[in-house]
Amino acid sequence: MNRNFKIRFAIIIAVVLVCLYGIIGLPKSKDELLANWHNNIHLGLDLSGGTQLVMQVQLQDAFKAFADNAIDRMKQELQKDNIAFSDVTRNDPNTLEDAGKIEVDVKGIPSDKSSVFRNTVNDQFPEWILTPVNSTDYRLTMKPTEALKLQQDTMTQTTATIERKINALGLTESSVQPTGRSDAEAELLVQLPGVDDPAHVKQLLQTQAQLEWDDVRQGPFPSREEAYAKNGGILPLNTKLVPTALRSGQQSWYLVSRSPIVRGTDIRDASAAQGELNRWETNFVLTQDAAKRFERYTEANIGRQAAIVVDGIVISAPTIQSKISDTGRITGASSQEEAADLALNLRAGALPAGIKYEEERTVGPSLGADSIREGFRAGIAGLVAVVFWMLFYYRRSGINATLALVLNAVILIAVLAYFDATLTLPGIAGIILTIGMAVDSNVLIFERIREELRTGKAVVAAVDAGFSKAFLTIIDTHVTTVVSCAFLFIFGTGPVKGFAVTLVIGLIANLFTAVFVSRTIFDFELSGKRQVAALSI
Amino acid sequence: MELFKNTDYDFLGKKWPFIILSLILTVAGLVSLAVKGGPRYGIDFRGGALITVSFAQRPPVDKVRAALSAKLPVEVQEVSGQAEDIIGIDVREDAALQSARQNIVSALTTHFGQPANGKYNINAGGAAALADRLRDPLQAASVGLPDQQLNNVVANIMEYRKQHSGLIRNLDDLRSVQGVTPQVLNVIRQQCYADTVAVVGTEVVGPKIGAELQRKAILAVLYALGGMLVYIAFRFEWIYGAAAVIAVFHDTIITLGFFSLFNKEISLTVVAALLTLVGYSMNDTIVTFDRVRENLKIMRREPLETIINKSVNQTLSRTVLTSGLTLLTALALLAFGGQVLNGFSFALVWGIIFGTYSSVFIASPIVIFGQKVLENRKRGGAVPAAARKEVAAPPPAAPKSGPAPKTGASKEGARRGAAKVK
Repeated sequence: MNRNFKIRFAIIIAVVLVCLYGIIGLPKSKDELLANWHNNIHLGLDLSGGTQLVMQVQLQDAFKAFADNAIDRMKQELQKDNIAFSDVTRNDPNTLEDAGKIEVDVKGIPSDKSSVFRNTVNDQFPEWILTPVNSTDYRLTMKPTEALKLQQDTMTQTTATIERKINALGLTESSVQPTGRSDAEAELLVQLPGVDDPAHVKQLLQTQAQLEWDDVRQGPFPSREEAYAKNGGILPLNTKLVPTALRSGQQSWYLVSRSPIVRGTDIRDASAAQGELNRWETNFVLTQDAAKRFERYTEANIGRQAAIVVDGIVISAPTIQSKISDTGRITGASSQEEAADLALNLRAGALPAGIKYEEERTVGPSLGADSIREGFRAGIAGLVAVVFWMLFYYRRSGINATLALVLNAVILIAVLAYFDATLTLPGIAGIILTIGMAVDSNVLIFERIREELRTGKAVVAAVDAGFSKAFLTIIDTHVTTVVSCAFLFIFGTGPVKGFAVTLVIGLIANLFTAVFVSRTIFDFELSGKRQVAALSI
Repeated sequence: MELFKNTDYDFLGKKWPFIILSLILTVAGLVSLAVKGGPRYGIDFRGGALITVSFAQRPPVDKVRAALSAKLPVEVQEVSGQAEDIIGIDVREDAALQSARQNIVSALTTHFGQPANGKYNINAGGAAALADRLRDPLQAASVGLPDQQLNNVVANIMEYRKQHSGLIRNLDDLRSVQGVTPQVLNVIRQQCYADTVAVVGTEVVGPKIGAELQRKAILAVLYALGGMLVYIAFRFEWIYGAAAVIAVFHDTIITLGFFSLFNKEISLTVVAALLTLVGYSMNDTIVTFDRVRENLKIMRREPLETIINKSVNQTLSRTVLTSGLTLLTALALLAFGGQVLNGFSFALVWGIIFGTYSSVFIASPIVIFGQKVLENRKRGGAVPAAARKEVAAPPPAAPKSGPAPKTGASKEGARRGAAKVK
């Protein structure tokens, strides 16, 4: 019996320690304790304040662009192969559902060239399926596998671009992810904790990449602090510090002019190409107006550095080698990919497809704080009342129930912390139901013990019978609820899922606390004495 | 202390007044729902925009309504006790929704706000924008701060704003904020003004996604109810499962009816509360049924009514205690929980009350009624109580002996469990 208790208590204490560690870590001071708590417990946007956007990526844009590109190449290929044609056109799918129905029509191919044409298409346009419409006209449709790939690529690229733009705002905790609704693959969920001005973010996302071509005044510096030290702690007027992208933990800083020489909107086109010695470079074309400004500036600053800044990050800092007017090129790319990326950034149409907002929720931090404060106060008031009543009604055994209740809450919070789960308002609803069922489990057991005592059973036997009889009921209520949670989780959306997850964790914790922990304490109390005359219940 | 010791109330004998009350409430709720054309969905479900605004001095609601209704079809609602108003707009077209927030904010500022005069509104926008606005002027006034320090000061100002319901009433109030020296405050005064209106929360939901959410939520709840029915049918008998689900359904309908009668909105939070009430009600019913199952084996010769009555009496003190305690918590939430939790706790309070009472007065009579119907169908008349167990077999799949060994086995399991612990 004694060893049995040792094992049981060891299990309980181990669980408590593991849970406490998950919630507050190993704090050395009060501040550290609070910091750990905030790090481990993630509050949802509805509690902490922030903005949530659900957007639909207009995939048809990407499909149209893909078809346009194919049309351009088709015309080139046909000319190269000396195949006459009257027209190459595409249809114009305007909704997301029709995106995959993109078609390219090639008309007026002479019938004696048809086999050459077929070969060309097979070789050069493997993404497309060719079907003849009549003797001279053909229609190209996308292969389903290729359409799927294009769709996925578009989503990946959009996600990456949005992430880059948001990170440039310094919103480190934000996330961009698919909404996960099975029938809405083109949807993205953007969560921006702490942002209460969604208009600004939306504007940033809607507009093209913020590209600037800045005059480099000083730098590069290995750190922000060094740049300040060089300037006596204060930056010169009309300058700003911009970092390069983090590469293998290294970052450097440039001090550049506050107002750019050329902005993103001034660039007409950009593309990657192979230049001298087959090295990759990026060519760009400026608008007329910008070209004049750029010409003046480059003429005066040959040999100096200019910084190409995209969304607040220095992409590259080329040295001006000659006067540049409307076209120029940026050399020094290490691979085709890098040159193409830069071209993409310069073209600034960085989002491959348009976006449409389906949902926007903002909880101002003050509103979130208010609801936390009030909900917390009410919850505590309710709990205190419950505990007092249990202590009053069940006396010593009430302590037992209270311990089980507290432990239940600790385990629930710890599991949420270990799983990096986010606590939202519906999650709190789940916690409330958990606490309700935890109280119920204890009440069920205690009432059962009392009943058994009334039939004249000895204390030990009554406790035994009370636990085992109530156990069946507890299992039934818990399993029923877990079953319903499984359905809620499978078929529900975000908030409903959150409710289900919290509730299931809470119920499992409750089985442990109400049945195992509470039982152990009872047994321990009873084991010391040979003959137990009365039980404080 | 013990309440309800060895009670012997004849609950089922008094079932009719309660069933009639239930019917009245259900019908009242359904009529209200029908008259009002379905539940009053929040913007989560019907699509629309909801904007929470904080005023330095709250104008009368009528004025706010008048100022806005020229532009948009709006509803204005007061948030009790706080200097905040909730403004809901019922806009269903996508295009209008995208600009709804902008329109409302501009209408509000023109009517209730302060003129900008080219200054920056310190009550709008985030930390980064404020830092950008102040950086150069601070330098020009030769109180330039390194970026790190400037960001700290701005963060402190934002924290102050957060603590004051999202509204800085007077720029001079910032004097108490750490890092705001008189010189810095001077620059802030030159560059900024404190508007008397601030938007503290926005929700814009497109109608398509709203309809989708609505469909998904209803489906999820229906599937969950179905799952519970199957499980209880498996553990007890199918009539128990049906009774429990009907009882839970009854609670939900009445609560929804109350929402309609009190003109409250069904939002996603309320759905969470409805799920909670389904959980409570089901829990309560199962506790009662569990006792009935146990007593069925002890009191084989008694009629089912007596057994159920006995079971309800035996679990009475547990029922009163649990429901009382949870109701206490829900009442605390309703009283002190604030605006955001209001709909949630409202649903919870009624849910607990009806969930408790439906186990006794709705679920139990259904079981009795169901058994009687079965008996009549099988034997074509009255049957001795002792034969009831055999009649109660689930009709299609299991043979006559179906449920009896099952329950017997679980009883044995209980005995085994008890023996092991000893």
